[in-house]
This record gives sequence, C-alpha cells and structure tokens, in this order.
Amino acid sequence: MKLSDLNTILPIVLLVVWACMLLLVDLFIPRRSKGWTALLAAVGLAAALGLTLAYAGRESTGFCDPNNPGNCMVVLDGFSSFQGSLFLASGLFAIAIAYGYLKRMGLERGEYYTLILFSISGMLLMAQAADLIVVFLALELLSIPLYVLAAFARPRTDSEEAGVKYFLLGAFATGFVVYGITLVFGATNATSLSGIAAAVAAGSFTKYLLLIGAALILVGFSFKVAAVPFHMWTPDVYQGAPSSVTGFMAVGAKAAGFAALLRIFITAFPSLNLDLVPVLWGLAALTMVVGNVIAISQTNIKRLLAYSSIAHAGYILMAFVAFGNPAVASDAAASALFYLVTYAVTSFGAWAVVIALEKTDGKGLEISDFAGLGRKRPLLAAAMTIFMLSLTGMPPTLGLVGKFYLFRTAVEGGFIGLAVIGVLTSLISAYYYLRVVVTMYMREGDPTTEHEPWLDLTWGLTALATVILSFLPMALFTWASGAVLKLF
Amino acid sequence: MNFITNPLILVTFFPLVGVLALLFIPADKKNVLRWTTLVASLLTFGLSIWMLTMFNKSNPDLQLGFSLPWIQVAGWNISFAMGVDGLSILLVLLTTFLTPIAILSTWTAVEERVKDFMIFFTLLEMGMLGVFLAQDLFLFYIFWEFTLVPMYFLIGIWGGPRRIYAAIKFFLYTMAGSILMLLAILWLGIYQGTFSVPELITKGGIPGNVQLWLFLAFAAAFAIKVPMWPLHSWLPDAHVEAPTAGSVILAGVLLKMGTYGFLRFNLPMFPEAALKAAPWMALLAVIGIIYGAAVSYAQKDIKKLVAYSSVSHLGFVMLGLFALNAQGIEGGILQMINHGLSTGALFLLVGMVYEQTHTREFSVYGGLWKIMPVYGAVMLIVSLSSMGLPGLNGFIGEFAILLGAFGSKAIGSPWFAGVAAAGVILAAVYILYMFQKIFLGPEGSIVEEVKKHGHALRDLNLREIVTVAPLLVLIFWIGLYPKPFFELIAPAVEKLLMAFPH
Repeated sequence: MKLSDLNTILPIVLLVVWACMLLLVDLFIPRRSKGWTALLAAVGLAAALGLTLAYAGRESTGFCDPNNPGNCMVVLDGFSSFQGSLFLASGLFAIAIAYGYLKRMGLERGEYYTLILFSISGMLLMAQAADLIVVFLALELLSIPLYVLAAFARPRTDSEEAGVKYFLLGAFATGFVVYGITLVFGATNATSLSGIAAAVAAGSFTKYLLLIGAALILVGFSFKVAAVPFHMWTPDVYQGAPSSVTGFMAVGAKAAGFAALLRIFITAFPSLNLDLVPVLWGLAALTMVVGNVIAISQTNIKRLLAYSSIAHAGYILMAFVAFGNPAVASDAAASALFYLVTYAVTSFGAWAVVIALEKTDGKGLEISDFAGLGRKRPLLAAAMTIFMLSLTGMPPTLGLVGKFYLFRTAVEGGFIGLAVIGVLTSLISAYYYLRVVVTMYMREGDPTTEHEPWLDLTWGLTALATVILSFLPMALFTWASGAVLKLF
Repeated sequence: MNFITNPLILVTFFPLVGVLALLFIPADKKNVLRWTTLVASLLTFGLSIWMLTMFNKSNPDLQLGFSLPWIQVAGWNISFAMGVDGLSILLVLLTTFLTPIAILSTWTAVEERVKDFMIFFTLLEMGMLGVFLAQDLFLFYIFWEFTLVPMYFLIGIWGGPRRIYAAIKFFLYTMAGSILMLLAILWLGIYQGTFSVPELITKGGIPGNVQLWLFLAFAAAFAIKVPMWPLHSWLPDAHVEAPTAGSVILAGVLLKMGTYGFLRFNLPMFPEAALKAAPWMALLAVIGIIYGAAVSYAQKDIKKLVAYSSVSHLGFVMLGLFALNAQGIEGGILQMINHGLSTGALFLLVGMVYEQTHTREFSVYGGLWKIMPVYGAVMLIVSLSSMGLPGLNGFIGEFAILLGAFGSKAIGSPWFAGVAAAGVILAAVYILYMFQKIFLGPEGSIVEEVKKHGHALRDLNLREIVTVAPLLVLIFWIGLYPKPFFELIAPAVEKLLMAFPH
C-alpha cells in the first residue's frame, strides 16, 4: 500500500474518519442540542463533497496488485466522482429533511447522523470499486447502517418491522451477490474487474459459470434497486421506516445499486450482452409495468412513492439493457446517471413535502390528507405539483429531460418495443401522480403543516432546481456524459 | 437579429411578464388582477400585430426566425429555434386575439381564486404561442406538453360538477397521444441527427415503411387533440365541465394545435406516408363530420351540442388538409380560424346566459328573443356563421375545403366531398334547432325561475357586447372579403405542396 492509494479514496477516508470521530464527539453533546451533531455531520459531508469535486477530472487507480499492476481494488474516474457527488449531496439533503423531523417525532439521537455518514462511505466505495471483493465490502458498509436506520423509530412496530424486513431481504440479496462473485471467480480465476475482462478477452473462462455468476449478481442488485420481481420489501420498508430515512434510501441505495450494476456489467461483462439482453429486457419491462400499475391503487403517500421508486428503477433499467453494445454503452451510463440526479432532486423534494405533512404515529400520510393544501400552503402545493409533474415526465421539469435521455438511449439501442412500454407506463403514472395534485387543489380540506427552515429550504431548492435545470441542463448533460467508466 | 427584441420571442414570452406581475398582486385585489391580465394579453396582441407588420406575405419561408444552439452536448442537437410562416401566422394571431376576449368573459364569471386563474390562463397563452412558433421538435414538444398543465388546472379547479373526471380524462387522453409522438421525435433525432423542423423537412430520405410508423406516431398525438373520430370522447367532457373562458380557448385554439401539427409536421416531414394515408384520413374526417353533426342534434345540453359540433367542424378541416391540394389546405387553415371565431363566440354566448340562469338544459329555455333581443341577434349571426351561411366566414372555409376535396387526387374519390357536403346541411339542422329552442316559441320555464330569485333576465351589458363585438367584425370580414387572409396563407401552402406530386 502506498500513500497515493489512500489519495485515490481520500473522500472516503475523510468521511469514515469523520464519522468515527463524530461517534465519540456525540457522546459529549447534550441530548437537547443534537443539532450540533447534525451540523458536524453536514460539515463532514460538505468537506468530502468539496474534495470529490476537487478530484473531478482525475483518473487513477489504487491498491493495485504489485505483481500485476493492472489489477486494482479501487478506481477514481469521471463515473465515480459523479456518483460520489450525488451520494454526498443526497446525504446533505437527508440531514436537512431529518433535522426538524426527528425532533418532532421524538427520535432525535445523534447516531442517526453517524449512520448516514457510514452508509454514504459505503456508497462512495461502491462507486469506486474495481474489484468484486470491494463491491461486496461496499455493499455491506452501505446496507448495514440502512437496516439500523429503517428501524430507527424503534418503539413503533412498523419501523421495527421495516428494519427486520429490510435486513432479512438485504442479507438474502447479499447472499446472491456473494454467490455470484464466487462463481465469477470460479469461471475466470479473477475477482478484479480488469482481471475478469482480461480472462474473457483471452477466452480462458467457463462461459456458463460466468453467466450464472453474472445473473446472480444481477439478482442481488435488483433487490437493492427494487426491480420487479425483487421489489416485495420496498413498500413495507418505505412505509415503516422514518420518512427522512426513506427519502435517503430511495435515492442513495438505488443510486448505489445502479453504480455497481453499471460498473460491473459495462466493464467486466460486456461479452455477456447477448445472453443477458432478454433477461434485462424482461426485468425492465416488468418493473415499469408492475411498479406503475400497483401504484394506482395506493392511498398512502409513502407507499405511492415506494411504487413510484420501483417504477423509476424500471426506467433506468430500460436504458441499461443496451449496456453491452459499445456504441450505446456510454449513453446507457450517462443517461442512467442523468436520470439518477433527476430522480434524486425530485424525490427528495417530494419526501420533504411528505415530511412537512406527517404527524406523529404515522398520521397525515394518506393522500386524502393533502386535500386543501393548494389553498393553505400555495407554495408547498406548487412545489409538490412540480415534483409530481417531474416524476411523470412533464414539462417544465427536469423529469422530462431525464426521461427524454433514457428513452433516447433505449431507441438508440434498438429497443423500441421497450421504449413503447416505457412511454405507456409513463401514461399510467400520470394518473396516480395527478391524483395527488387533484387532492391538493381540487378537494376541500384543512391540512396542518410544519414550517421548519431546513425542510422549507429543501423543497424550495429542489423545486427551483427541477424547473430551472430543465431549461439549462447543459452542464448536467456535459458532466453526465463525461462521467464515462474507465474501461479495462 | 437581436434575441431579446425578436418579435417571436416577445410575443411568446410577454405573457410571462404578465405572470410575474400577477405574482406580486395580493390575491384579494380581484379587479387589479383582472385588469393586469387583460392589459398583458392586449399588449401581447399588440406585439403580434407588430409581428404581422414585419411579416412578408409573399415569402413562403419561415420568417422573423432564429435558431440558437441550446442543448448541444452528449450527441444532442437541440436548438432554441422559432419561426413563423403562412401556416402559423393566423393561428398566432387567433391565439393573441382570443385570449383577451376570453379574459373579459371571466370578469364576473370567475370569483374564486382569481389570481390562480389568471396565472394559469396566461401560462396557457404562452404555451399555445410556443407550440405555433417552435421550429425545433424538442422545443415544440415542451410547449405542446406544457399546455396540458394549465388547462388541466383550469378545468379541474374552476370547472363544473364533474370537473375532476373531465380534467384527468383530458390530461390522460392528450398525453397518450403525445408520448407516442415523443418516441417518433426521438427516432428522428437519433437517425436524422437533428431536431430542427426545417432541416428535417429538407433532409427527408426516410424509408417508406418507417415513414408510415412515424406518421402514425405523430398522427396519434394530433388526432387526439383535433379530435378526430373515434378519439374524440374526451372533448365533450372537457368542454362541458370547463369554465367558459376555458371552453373558448379549448375550442378556439387548443384543438387547432392538432390540425396545425398535421400541417406543420405530418405533411411536409412524411409526404409519402401522408399521400398513402390521405384516403383513410379523409374517411375518418367524413365520419367525424357526420357523426359529430348527428350527435350534436341529440344533445340536451347546449354546451355539449357546441362541443360535438366542433368534432364535425374539425372534420372539415382535416378533410381539407388531406385533400393535399391548394384549395383544400388553404380552406382548411382558414376554417381553423373560422371555427376558432364562431365556436369561441358560441361558447362565450352560452356562458353569458349560463351566468344568469345556471343551467344549460334546452328544455327550460324558450322565447328568449323577446327578453334579450341584442343577445338573440348576436347569437343568430354567430349560429349562421357556424353553419356556413354565404356572406359569413364559415361558408368561405367550408366551400374551399369541399372544392379541394372534390378534386383531390390524393383522396381519390369525389364521394368523400359529397358526403361531407351533407354535413353542411346537418349543421343547419342542429344549429337552427338550438337557436329555435332557446329564442323562439313560448317562454321557457327558466324565465320564471330566474324571477323567483329576485331579478329578471337582462340583455347583454356593455362589457359583454365589447367582448363579442371583435368576433362579429371578423366573422363579417372573413365572410365578405377573405382575400387578405388567403394572401397570408397561400405562398406557404404552395411551398408545402411542392413535396407532393401534382
């Protein structure tokens, strides 16, 4: 190990060290001023974000095999710095929406913030992983804090249920990933992505073992990104977990899952393209259809957003189907990244609105509780309308631009049928997203809402960003399309 | 040309200035809000007249336009491009002309949440203008989809008893078509390498079978909007539930976005497919003409009658467009304007009496002429214009369309025009039926009903007369001297027809 190895993962090192220190410092912060913990956690995230941005544009590898310098554990490239920035920014949002919420719900404990930091460290590591062992490590590091966070509203049984459910299915999913890694190792005698790619290029691998291994890894991460039929846990966990955790999980865990899928499949398994296309095609189509159709019948806003999050995994998978086509692969990665940002901005905004209406004991979460919001809090309702339109993919929001990119990738890859399914399910989604808007503006009611400065800032900023970035998406486009994966 | 002082930019985005002003006015100052919106829309109209003065009517190409690179990264080639030509200029003027009229009609009709109403209405105007002026498919799609949002709110918040159902139906129907168009747009962007409409038209070279699919995808979006039979079922609901001003704009302008779409995109971009599809489109158009007329006659609700009559009238427009000859298309474009004027006026007039009676059931009306002579006279003129009486605007458009369709090689048979002509007669039946029910015969029960509430039915007041007067002027103008209008349209139509065999 050299010092330069650490330099490759410096933001992660910073964040882990910071989180460990915070764990200690938190002991000395009195129970009533946990705001300091939140602030310190945010400072840590901001510092790591600054560092990640400062490193943007660099390309290096770290922790390489001295005998075979091509085989490295971690890699720093455009892809990882894009994803890293996304994770760190969502961490900041997760703290902003949690601060007042935890207090109000009587959940304020300093561990919340530390756990968020640890989970994000795992996500960062996932984005930089260049070896399947590191992928596994990152997966555990990001997941375990999330299991705890899901059960954070401990005395509430639904939160405990969410934690246990998430843990059990998460462990199950990890099992798939590990088994897949084993088979891939068996097939290629390598765990590093470059090693696998080299073995495949040299023809020294067992095709079926590799295929099964890849498929198992796909299954494992399908759990993480909540793709159908591996989505069963999502609605219950999203509903049971504290809303601020759900907001973070919906964005962070999904983005991390896709980070892993994109990097592993595009760099190590492009040769499996032809075998996997039908599988991915079916997975994407099923996810879009099931997520959107079941969402129609939801009456609880958290469950609605859970199914919406499943559906959006489907849209991203749609662009991913063409991963092995070298002409389209870079677009597949870029459009997925672009859409993840779109989804992150919109989804955090929507969760912030949900939190503004939530009462203790899980009240205030029915869609009917939104009735009359248009009159009572015009700006809040306008923001929610923007988020719903963005999730539908209507102008003038970022969601339209994002979907445009995903659909373009699908059409470019030749999957017009899949794109048709995509647009038709978008149409279905319009129905249930509009129901929220209908309730806010066209039904009478008198909702009580919370005014919390950080929360207001979150939905205000995300709503503005959703609209403004839809007209000026050039920088984001350039960044996403520059975030290409380092191929081995 | 300077971007900021470009007339098209100013016309399209001036309504945003109005929105900005509205945002700073307190919600309880209703009259200030109304006047601000009216002034903003009148200024927009003024700007569009200024645009007209700069428009060279003998030039068949896009004018006053510009194209700025917008999203040109990651293999995208999207420009912020606008332009106006003979195909669109009248529709732009119609939009800016009808908007202040529609706003005037809300003066006493909209009392609830005036601020929100005015904001949505002004945003809607911007969206519609953008649709007619955009010359880049991505930009066009943004405007096209955007118009859904304010209209959805206008119906859903200020509409009638079944407003929520109608609003969602309107939204989903329209979106269903436009998402298929989205895929076609993406295909063009990827395989033709540009989203610019003029470039796509000159480039051409799309193989025939692909052209047909693209044609159908675009047609899905536009046919729903028009609406063509059998995709019309959202229209009566939306019209009946929408507030008067919403109906006026819906009938007057929004439906024209569909016919305009065929004209701007389907015909010039996919000429081979358009030629192949022409008989089928003509068939659907003729079915729409007859069906719309027949169903109109069966209605018990005045607004529903007018709504179904739109299905019939727009059938004429579609028939004219797919005649694919100069007379048909010119007639079709003029008929878009005519329909905007007469049906817009009909909805206004129905709204004016509804405001007093709160019912639109035919059965309670009758003998209103004696009580409301001015109203009756205005209604008579508008009704006659709608049924195509010579000397009024409707006749000019329908005559040109039928002439075009009769001799059309693309449609291939004069029978379509023959059957469509029967539609003209049917129009006379349902419109005279409506007029007779409301104004002639013994006094209807509604007269007493209104008296019971302490006030009698009154004739039109000055504001209402000012609201409809400009429409009447144009109805006569186009009917008696349509030449200036045809002169605006003709060169662009000639150019469009170059793509088709003569």
